[in-house]
Amino acid sequence: MINRLTGQLDFQAQALALRSERQRVIASNIANADTPGYVARDFNFSQALRDATASLPRPPASGAASPTASNDLGAPIAGPLLDGGFGRLKPTTDLRYATPAQTNLDSNTVDMDRERAAFADNALKFEASLRFINGSVRTMTDAMKSPNQG
Amino acid sequence: MSMFRIFDVSGSAVSAQSQRLNVVASNLANADTVAGPDGQAYKARQVVFQTALMDAGGDPASSAGVRVSTIKEDASPGRRVHDPKHPAADAEGYVTYSNVNAVQEMVDMISASRSYQNNVEVMNTAKNLLQKTLQMGQS
Repeated sequence: MINRLTGQLDFQAQALALRSERQRVIASNIANADTPGYVARDFNFSQALRDATASLPRPPASGAASPTASNDLGAPIAGPLLDGGFGRLKPTTDLRYATPAQTNLDSNTVDMDRERAAFADNALKFEASLRFINGSVRTMTDAMKSPNQG
Repeated sequence: MSMFRIFDVSGSAVSAQSQRLNVVASNLANADTVAGPDGQAYKARQVVFQTALMDAGGDPASSAGVRVSTIKEDASPGRRVHDPKHPAADAEGYVTYSNVNAVQEMVDMISASRSYQNNVEVMNTAKNLLQKTLQMGQS
């Protein structure tokens, strides 16, 4: 039962961890904008999220929630991402090399316009994930409250 | 939280860029330095950036900071001006100035300050996001 409440939370937690990972990769690219020979890197977010959430327990199909057949409490709440504890990411974020739009004399392939856009985009989506988490936390606490608690 | 690494990465970049800015400042300050009769004028300097990989508790390649590997001296000859009355003139009446190219230094300065700003912006964004993460579930 509790798994069904936290399932959504797990998914958003994975997304949040991957977003922070991507933020770090983009920050590295921006930091190395003037380093000769540096190659900009990035990863495919949707693929990484799909890999990271592949083994999350899916909510059972509707109507199948008979208390005898459910092993909902058996599965650990933490997903595959939290293998080695918090902060030790285990997702397969295989980093790819970005293809430069223009060649550069010092063979640096950081495109600052693209990196800035990706950074802003990623920051916004990070916040979105945070809001989803806050929303489901609020939903859960509301559900736990007694009716006369406001 | 791997996002704390952003401060290391961007911080190293900011420090490298400020070192570059320092070098530009000393180059510009010495743009008109005159060599004495021994011919040893100020040589323009240039920082050389290098990627510094940082281990982020996982894939070390995913967070790459910057460090200044060396400060190279520009080996080109200094500007020579014929001015026999100058106190620093050599036997042939030539004064050797430093080999600083002021235009190039100005361009370098603008580039360094823009990169500095970018990295500060990255750190500000990361700080905001982390603050919001700390407030998770409180509102």
